[in-house]
Amino acid sequence: MAKAIKAKINGILLRVPEGTTILDAAKQVQIKIPTLCKHPDLVASASCGICIVKVKGSNKMLRACCTPLEEGMEIITHDPEIVEIRRTVIELILSNHPNDCLKCGRNNACELQKLTADFGIKTESFPQTLRDLPIDTSTKAVDLDPKKCILCGRCVHVCQDIQDVWALSFLERGMHTRISPAGDIQLADSPCVKCGQCSAHCPTGAFVEQDHTARAWQVLQDPEKYCVVQIAPAVRASIGEAFGYTGKNFTRKLYALLRRLGFQAVFDTNFAADVTIMEEASEFEERLLKGTKPLPLITTCCPSWVDFMEKFHTDMIDHFSSCKSPHEILGVLSKTYYAQKNKIDPAKIVMVSIMPCTSKKYEVSRSDEMFASGFQDIDIVLCTRELARMIKQAGIDFESLPDEESDSILGEYSGAGVIFGATGGVMEAALRTAHYFITGKDLKKVDLESVRGLKGVKETEVDVGGKKVRVAVAHGLANVEYVLNKVRRAKKEGKEAPYHFIEVMACPGGCIGGGGQPYMVTDELRAKRAQALYEDDAAKEIRFSHQNPYIKRLYDEFLEKPLSEKSHKLLHTTYKARPTYRK
Amino acid sequence: MEEKKVFTSEIKNLVDKWKDKEGNLIMILHEIQNHHGYVPRELALELSSMLEVPLARIYEVITFYNFFKLSPPGKHRISVCMGTACYLKGAPEIIKEIKNILHVEEGRTTQDGNFHLDVVRCLGCCGLAPVVMIDGKVYGKVKKQEIMDIISTYVKEEE
Repeated sequence: MAKAIKAKINGILLRVPEGTTILDAAKQVQIKIPTLCKHPDLVASASCGICIVKVKGSNKMLRACCTPLEEGMEIITHDPEIVEIRRTVIELILSNHPNDCLKCGRNNACELQKLTADFGIKTESFPQTLRDLPIDTSTKAVDLDPKKCILCGRCVHVCQDIQDVWALSFLERGMHTRISPAGDIQLADSPCVKCGQCSAHCPTGAFVEQDHTARAWQVLQDPEKYCVVQIAPAVRASIGEAFGYTGKNFTRKLYALLRRLGFQAVFDTNFAADVTIMEEASEFEERLLKGTKPLPLITTCCPSWVDFMEKFHTDMIDHFSSCKSPHEILGVLSKTYYAQKNKIDPAKIVMVSIMPCTSKKYEVSRSDEMFASGFQDIDIVLCTRELARMIKQAGIDFESLPDEESDSILGEYSGAGVIFGATGGVMEAALRTAHYFITGKDLKKVDLESVRGLKGVKETEVDVGGKKVRVAVAHGLANVEYVLNKVRRAKKEGKEAPYHFIEVMACPGGCIGGGGQPYMVTDELRAKRAQALYEDDAAKEIRFSHQNPYIKRLYDEFLEKPLSEKSHKLLHTTYKARPTYRK
Repeated sequence: MEEKKVFTSEIKNLVDKWKDKEGNLIMILHEIQNHHGYVPRELALELSSMLEVPLARIYEVITFYNFFKLSPPGKHRISVCMGTACYLKGAPEIIKEIKNILHVEEGRTTQDGNFHLDVVRCLGCCGLAPVVMIDGKVYGKVKKQEIMDIISTYVKEEE
């Protein structure tokens, strides 16, 4: 336990554990000190200076975000002078920030815009000096407009420290400092894995998802097209945030909503998650029992993780599950299985997917295998934030919509399918089915608590028919290194692999913390979103992918069995080394 | 390909020399800058994989310090002093004239690679203001009309 210290904030005596910042301590006395560069996920960079406070007996002002409260301190968090200084700081930031608010991707959701409004700034106090820096749209997933960057450093921290990707850095210094991949190249030529955590953490419009809503509206009005849609697990737990709800599952309202937006069939990515489990658990069974390929098996649902591995950890390619992500599986099944059963020309089907993810925009054309149906299996990817905008554009009263069901035959899912959206979920779902495949019996205790939660690396053992299966779950790409290095060390020393099965999700928290999710996510919010998915799972009558009757039907009618020739052709993919820098 | 091999052995020697020392990145960059007159991207990439330092970090360092350059220097380096004395004695006019004649911006190299234009702070001979220095040779009390003649001597040298 940290020592408690006593101090005063605005004359009110309080006790906090030693090391508590003034910013956090002030919350105890009902003060939310304004901040801009500080994000709850990140270590304070103290770059903006909005959060300054006074301390009695000193002329120096302190930054509340990075200064720990000390014994006996007397802090003043607001007075006319402090407010005036904060206003000046904002005015100075505005002096090199374009006044593009009305046409900006962050309009109404921008932290700088909000502060400007809160401080009632109505005039330009300093002449504007804007930098002439080009917009980078090269990734087709996240756009970078460096002119709008306020140099808070959040994206750099996320990209370098949380994700260990190092696509972004500040170049030059002083007045000339700017955000860029190393050496004025495009993001697509850099190590960028398109996770979009930069866009989820950026306070302004410097990083914004590439908006594809106009494309979606266009196909929806085309009478020649047959528009179908899928929603990812994590979206149902976060879309409510656009309407003031947190941690609430909106699955059935989303089905209703998507029909009213004009989609002719509404599918659920969770169904394809069940398919992924059938394939991946079979792969695991093969590797474990027959030793066809090396263990540990590593999951591949996350396209940013796949991209990261293809750039940084190519020695692990043999360990990768060849199974595609649920997203892609649903795409290919809609243009093959569903099209054949319903006698629809697959050329007319347009598959739109609603994802918590910016990287899915990249995944759809990642390799030739993403065209397994003979067409691009997924046509348009919208992230949660884009869907929220479409709902508002359509004027649909989302909260009041009736509950509806998804469309057969790609809609019904098991409890195992929905937890894919949270870190550890894929592992849990896969182990439920792998246990059955290997032992012929279902797990008595369905919930695998030890792989749940927000700890960066989770390691545990699961009993599968008397054999201890060792698993690891990592999320946030910086946590991967630890797990992979353990595998490498064992290989080098000729020892047994430390794990049999590894799950990796690029984003902290898994897809529920995805780069395309609503802004200002904290661990508290991630936990709430995950909880909504686990509740959905717990409430399901069927909690094992292999028990989903529609999955059985899919294999009976179409795929024959997991890892069949047809499965391999449609549901599996390959990996190759890609250069970290293409320039 | 040939060139790449040369780079690899060059970098390897430097990395071996500095590997275990603190602040090795900046020392290696110094050696590369001194040898090539700039830090070629291919070398930075090689260095990145050998030191296991992300390229982004290397570029943070290179672009932070004025000393490091990312493009080859011009054959002749023109430094125009903008210290207080030179400034008052008309340095801005001199810079403007050089830019006009050579079609080059400050801190850049002409397209033919012959001249690099830098604006510097005091060169230490304020009595001669305004001062222009080309390849270490100092020209004092420079008049705008003389610029063309001065540059011409270097152009002739190239021909």
